Amino acid sequence: MREITIGQFIPGNSVIHRLDPRTKIIITFAYMILLFVLNNFYGYIFPVSFIALAILLSGISVRYILKGLKPLVFIITLTFLLNSFMIKGRVIYELGPFDITYEGLSQGAFMAIRLVLLIVGTSLLTLTTSPISLTDGIERLLSPFKKVGVPAHELAMMMTIALRFIPTLLEETDKIMKAQMARGADFESGNLINRAKNLVPLLVPLFISAFRRADDLAMAMEARCYRGGENRTRMKELKMTALDVSTYAIFMVFAVGAIISRFMW
Amino acid sequence: MKIAAEIVALDVHYQYAGGNSLALENINLKIKPGEFVAIIGPNGSGKSTLAKLFNGLFAPTKGDILVDGLNTKNKDDIWEIRRKAGMVFQNPDNQIVATIVEEDVAFGPENLGIPSEQIRRRIKEALRIVELTDFADKAPHLLSGGQKQRVAIAGILAMKPDCIILDEPTAMLDPVGRKEVITTVKKLNQDEGKTIVLITHFMEEAVQADRVLVMEKGQVVMEGRPTEIFSQVEKLKKLGLDVPQVTELAFQLRTAEIPVRYDILTVEEMVDYLCQLI
Repeated sequence: MREITIGQFIPGNSVIHRLDPRTKIIITFAYMILLFVLNNFYGYIFPVSFIALAILLSGISVRYILKGLKPLVFIITLTFLLNSFMIKGRVIYELGPFDITYEGLSQGAFMAIRLVLLIVGTSLLTLTTSPISLTDGIERLLSPFKKVGVPAHELAMMMTIALRFIPTLLEETDKIMKAQMARGADFESGNLINRAKNLVPLLVPLFISAFRRADDLAMAMEARCYRGGENRTRMKELKMTALDVSTYAIFMVFAVGAIISRFMW
Repeated sequence: MKIAAEIVALDVHYQYAGGNSLALENINLKIKPGEFVAIIGPNGSGKSTLAKLFNGLFAPTKGDILVDGLNTKNKDDIWEIRRKAGMVFQNPDNQIVATIVEEDVAFGPENLGIPSEQIRRRIKEALRIVELTDFADKAPHLLSGGQKQRVAIAGILAMKPDCIILDEPTAMLDPVGRKEVITTVKKLNQDEGKTIVLITHFMEEAVQADRVLVMEKGQVVMEGRPTEIFSQVEKLKKLGLDVPQVTELAFQLRTAEIPVRYDILTVEEMVDYLCQLI
């Protein structure tokens, strides 16, 4: 569980950390769209240099970010291989019923780079934005949609609470697991169906306790005068600064470059 | 020092929905501003229920609860009552909302609609009082039980309550955490002038209070200063309650015809007294 770096936050005070979370969310989205706009290798110059600049400014080590790719190596490799084998074209090497083609290799590499850039971009967002400001940003971005019935505040509150309780419930899972193992429960052997069955004595107490916690938390929140998003103020008010404006401007330069690249090569 | 709120219970009865007996019966009491009251009693004696009535989480089935003159049955006053009489619960994990300590302390004032600048000042002040200033940007799940409970207290303090109700705040803590919390509670009472209602089943904690209420089967059966209550060792034992170790020792010594004074409640006092006796 400790290997997962996606969704983790590294506190800091870099330019990237100080950006308004809304700016970071919007730009991450635009960056992701941009990756799908590209149609040739040369175009990657723009997102690669953009993300490299962002990583440099964030002060987070490249090694740490690459570590986040580790759990996804399998998917990236699979993408690469599937594309390499499935696309018809000039044959480079024959491997039984499959042909490795020049076009396939190129397409596979293209897709793999896209995936890597997607993951690096989104993990940079979560690495430099605390969960609270992330949910704050989402709440504020969704608030125009409140009129059409999108419960922006409630969604953000749910995310905050979920994030808050992840470590608590992990700890609890561990505790219950040990308690059940002490009573002879076996979580490790047997086939898939048996293993799934063996999870029941773990999941039932976990759910019961989660519901009890929810009940307690609701009461504690009410005791602290929580009555929904109405008239609520925030300690950290989101403010767009010159920094955000210049960030949008810089991103635009890269975006325009990327779009032009579609037609250049 | 400003005058803290008083809590008055008038002929209060309470019955849980679907329950077939009264959880609370005929409770009449008055908690004076600035007072430190401990409520003790065996499990199921109604002490937690009473605390939730003080805070307006439950409304009495019959009778009235007044917090600083506001009736908890009045829906319009409920938020002001909850602000005035803040409540700390038993399980520290289940009352922390945010992923960072200062964000959690901010939760109450944010709900009250306090401007951002003022919230920051309140958080600083609250964390100073509970001595967690250095932990402002830490994640709550990395703190010890005692620290978590102090974060919960800070969260209440940031709402500037007059009275703080603590519902068995130390029940899930280790001895070190228990001591931290009780020291903080005493400080709130003595230095900050907050009215304290402490529900507990640790008699050593009840000894610290100005007044002790003993509950049994939904009724207040004994009431008085700690010295008065804890000198009645046999009666307490009959209720299924422990007595503080020191009181127990004094009781045993008295049975052995060593005349120990009735007002001795702490280890230090007992040591002093016994040394003089020798």
